[in-house]
Amino acid sequence: MIELRNIVKTFKDDKEKEVEALKNVSITIGDSEIYGIIGFSGAGKSTLVRCINLLEKPTSGEVKIDGVDLLKLSHKELRSERKKIGMIFQHFNLMPSRTVFGNVSFPLKKSGLGKKEIQKKVRELLNLVELSDKENAYPSELSGGQKQRVAIARALANDPKILLSDEATSALDPQTTESILKLLKHLNEKLGITIVLITHEMDVIKRICSRIAVMENGKVVEEGDVFDIFANPKHSLTKDFIKTTSNLYKLDEILKDDINGISPADGEVLTRLTYIQKEVSEPLISTVTKKFDVDLNILLADVEIVSGSPVGGTVVKFSGESIKIDEAIQYLRDRHVGVEVIKDARNPY
Amino acid sequence: MQEILTSFMPNLIDKWYEFLQAIVDTIIMELWAGGIGFVLGFTFGITLTVTREGGICENKPVFKILDAVTNLFRSIPFIILLTALMPLSRAIMGTAINIQGAIVPLVFGSVPFFTRQVQSALAQVQPGLVEAAESMGLSNFEIITRVYLRESAGQLARATTITAISLLGLTAMAGVVGAGGLGDFAIRYGHDRNMKDITWATVVILVIAVSLLQLVGDTIAKKSTH
Repeated sequence: MIELRNIVKTFKDDKEKEVEALKNVSITIGDSEIYGIIGFSGAGKSTLVRCINLLEKPTSGEVKIDGVDLLKLSHKELRSERKKIGMIFQHFNLMPSRTVFGNVSFPLKKSGLGKKEIQKKVRELLNLVELSDKENAYPSELSGGQKQRVAIARALANDPKILLSDEATSALDPQTTESILKLLKHLNEKLGITIVLITHEMDVIKRICSRIAVMENGKVVEEGDVFDIFANPKHSLTKDFIKTTSNLYKLDEILKDDINGISPADGEVLTRLTYIQKEVSEPLISTVTKKFDVDLNILLADVEIVSGSPVGGTVVKFSGESIKIDEAIQYLRDRHVGVEVIKDARNPY
Repeated sequence: MQEILTSFMPNLIDKWYEFLQAIVDTIIMELWAGGIGFVLGFTFGITLTVTREGGICENKPVFKILDAVTNLFRSIPFIILLTALMPLSRAIMGTAINIQGAIVPLVFGSVPFFTRQVQSALAQVQPGLVEAAESMGLSNFEIITRVYLRESAGQLARATTITAISLLGLTAMAGVVGAGGLGDFAIRYGHDRNMKDITWATVVILVIAVSLLQLVGDTIAKKSTH
């Protein structure tokens, strides 16, 4: 378990002015979780993740891993603790002068393993990242995705409990990103390794994370289960991030452009329906239509699977008797469907 | 054969033994000053790299002092160093003249230059590599040997070549303290007594020496770059 308590980090800028990169951040990350930290550049997420292995030393606060406060350790103890925390980077940081084998065996030098054991270990790791045939290649001969696989193998060499991923897919194309994320997910499931990943892409979070923290200006503005955050974002920044992967929140812009047929005619109500619970099995729209004798016109729909459950929803126009529309909306709300009235074009009573 | 050579370069043949002695003197100066300078330059270059702001063992006073001293000695012309360092030379080597007297000024003349060369070679190591090594729990000493030195091996080979060649140039001035060597030989005979063949022969030997150094340096640099 990783516990960050009241982490404050201040830097001095060029003019010796103090800049607060982290303002009292506390997060707890459970074992075998894939925890995502999202934010724009400069939000402090890189600094935060570096506080976990103390590449950045917090100005104040506590960094506990399985109950051990890293800030209280000696240099030597910290170094051995770091071996239990693997890290991968946006620009891979492979040693250009060493082969793939040399890179993966790099952290094993003082591990006490013999030559043969190291060789065996490296081959296992390369097998795991599906790069067995590249053992003798130099990093300059590899593609970006292959480099990141080597970096992952290297990060796993000391059998760490935690893997920190600093924008590990940001320099990769979408297909490669997909394959690296699959690999991370696979490692999480197979080895039970805790993964802390930082990214500025909501898509990455959506694909593999179980919990997330949204960061802005050195603070965590929203934190929670990835499904809840997607289904029910509270902070405007979170909504902005979700907008980048879902069409549902683009509606405001569409309404502004006033595309034909979107704006409700007289007597109609424009709403956004969203999943806010994990189990949705009832055919709600057809039930509502029959039960309340109203018409539901689906204008937009965007549903995707986030951590195994559907997230998203539809933009729907209700038309029918005014009171029936109210009843229908209440019925949906009772069944844990988020109903947000965007535009009500009924005549006021 | 002997006659042809004698007619072509009468003075060189005449001073054949002194010429060989000059070559040997130059080689001795190059090796001693180069060897000591190599160790010191590496030490100082590494020290500057790791103690600078954001380095792996940041240490402002050490960095500032070493930086200032390096600049100081880089700005003193070698011909002045040669004479100015005579008391120090006498203290360390027991004499301020001959080859022994030239070693100290040669070291002082080449080390600051080499220190900067090493520093700039190490500066080309991506900071990310150092960060990765730190995240793997390597000690500072391991980071220096297994990341900094290893990853800049090609650049360091080039820096060493450049310094060795410039040191060869410095040894030519060592005649001022009576250290002999090729430069001194060329000035005393080639210039002072107008023996052109001696000047030419010296130049040819120096060109060969520089080419050899460059060839060795380039080969090592190439081998260690992927």
